[in-house]
Amino acid sequence: MPTVSFEHIVKSYGSLTVLNDLNLAVEDGDFLVLLGPSGCGKTTLLNLLAGLLEVTDGRIMIGDRDVTDLDPKDRGLAMVFQSYALYPTKTVHGNLKFGLSASKLPREEIEQRIAWAAKLLQIEPLLHRKPGQLSGGQRQRVAIGRALVKNVGVFLFDEPLSNLDAKLRTEMRLEIKKLHDELKSTIVYVTHDQIEAMTMATKIAVMDGGVIQQFGTSDEIYERPANLFVAGFIGSPAMNLREATLRVNGSKVTADLAAGMALDLTGYDFETAPQDGTRIIVGLRPEHFGVPDIAEPNAAASFTLPVQYTERTGSDATVYLSLDNQLLALRVAPDAASRLKPGTSVSVDFMPGKANIFDAQTGRRM
Amino acid sequence: MSQISVTQRAAGAAEVPVSRAPYFPRKKKGISPQSIAIIVFLSMCALFFCIPLYVVVVTSFKTMDQIREGAIFALPQVWTLDAWDHAWNRACSGINCNGLKVGFWNSVMILFPSLALSIGLSMVTGYALALWNVRWAGGFLFLLFICAFVPFQIIMYPLIVMTSTAKVYGTLWGVAIIHAVLAMPVLTLIFRNYYKDIPQEIMSAAVMDSGSFWKIFIEIILPMSGNILIVVLILQITNIWNDYLIGVTFGGLNGQPMTVNLANLVTISTGTTNYAHNMAAALLTAIPPLVVYFVVGKLFVQGVTSGAIKG
Repeated sequence: MPTVSFEHIVKSYGSLTVLNDLNLAVEDGDFLVLLGPSGCGKTTLLNLLAGLLEVTDGRIMIGDRDVTDLDPKDRGLAMVFQSYALYPTKTVHGNLKFGLSASKLPREEIEQRIAWAAKLLQIEPLLHRKPGQLSGGQRQRVAIGRALVKNVGVFLFDEPLSNLDAKLRTEMRLEIKKLHDELKSTIVYVTHDQIEAMTMATKIAVMDGGVIQQFGTSDEIYERPANLFVAGFIGSPAMNLREATLRVNGSKVTADLAAGMALDLTGYDFETAPQDGTRIIVGLRPEHFGVPDIAEPNAAASFTLPVQYTERTGSDATVYLSLDNQLLALRVAPDAASRLKPGTSVSVDFMPGKANIFDAQTGRRM
Repeated sequence: MSQISVTQRAAGAAEVPVSRAPYFPRKKKGISPQSIAIIVFLSMCALFFCIPLYVVVVTSFKTMDQIREGAIFALPQVWTLDAWDHAWNRACSGINCNGLKVGFWNSVMILFPSLALSIGLSMVTGYALALWNVRWAGGFLFLLFICAFVPFQIIMYPLIVMTSTAKVYGTLWGVAIIHAVLAMPVLTLIFRNYYKDIPQEIMSAAVMDSGSFWKIFIEIILPMSGNILIVVLILQITNIWNDYLIGVTFGGLNGQPMTVNLANLVTISTGTTNYAHNMAAALLTAIPPLVVYFVVGKLFVQGVTSGAIKG
């Protein structure tokens, strides 16, 4: 099971540079998710790896092979496409078989692999149907099967679940994860859905504007976002971002929020020494607020704020409070949400050390 | 489906189904003035084509005696196939009196090679231009576009010189090749535009699976080309079969297609003109493309790419 590495990748179309000096390495057996909004260059990166696009400059390595100038079929990859891309005139069996047409395998071996993949994906009864006679979920399985039969070390997925309905998506998500555990192969998976990324990935590369904003495990990306983009992109409801000024008073560090509120930052792990008076942006995750009956004495900050809206999603609820004409999202237990009617005020506090501090000028984590 | 009619037991009678009155009856739509206008227009168009055709058909079954009476709309008093037999077997074209069948077989022998050549070549070229990265594809397409608009008459003389240098002038092969070459630009553009609509992801998948230009063409693209093949077949068969100018220019004496044969037969005759013979000969020449329309048109299939991608 090989590693995959991108070294100093440049991709430009005429004068438009999409990717500029991009470096990324995927460990053997990793499940890498390329996550980002539309147009961030994640699909371009995947197509460069697949060989469907040519790099303008740089090198792509799979294992210790330089594949930069190899034909797609010689790279030892299998890809699953967003729209399934099944061959409409071939049966399911024919579709799987065509996946092996570049490899000069004996007939028995081909049949064996098709049988194995069909069993694994439970599409055995469908082998003689045409794609037009299959449902969306079945087509997706066939598309995955066509990649599986190749028995390669690296699988590429290009938003494979975005055409499925919500329930099927959850099921397939789990199945792809199971497949990865069974096959121990390296997977590069492109998506714009952060839930998919968080649940499946062993490593996530968050991309924006053709640049990798952060590369790490899902926990690292969620708990310690490297910059404002990642902080705002990951998490639903999104992280609350507020401008503030840093106040250093001896060993005590506080963030002065608007309207005279101060947030105690004792216990925050600063990467650079805090300077008094720095303009910062404080990021507060909705779930790190508490709504106690009595204010907790060691909370980082306690506010009393009016309730604007409440939203319930079943397992939990979000309360939007009004702070300085902006909304502040809080995640609370559903029964608590039913007590918080719009127009009432509520006292909330924030766990110390859970805040994320970003430099207001550079947007980087401090 | 739910049952709409309910059954009701009438006193002393058998069960009689009674339709329930609709809850919200819709207003019945009458025939609108628009549709009357359209029907009148279409009927006139149909008559415009049908009346001459009717005259041709009935005349071909008449005897010369009846034709001389001049009632062109009358049905034949005696139905006879003599004219058809004469046109097919004995009609004279110049000094050869072997009938239209000579021209018919010539036309068949021109048709098939030129169909195979033109469709085969333009299909592969269109496939390459649409789905593979071909250098200067844009310029090549523009050139094809220009070629498609060059009138045949302009390049007729150079083509005659070229075919006689290649020693195919005056043969069936010569006519077939000229037909194929002249059809290539338009056919290539047609195929290219059709293949351009094949989803890019299918092509990407095929390139990753196989990567072979010919294997992808034969196994994936060709089976998806049914509908456009039918269109092109109808177009080409009609064009080649009905052509007169290329046949008369490049066929010489031995390579004359059926249309040239027919023209000779109708225009050059001695004595009185036998209208029955002429009508039968014209019909014989016109029938093959008609048969092709009816047979090939049935083969259209729905949804060429159904199931390939999210639809």
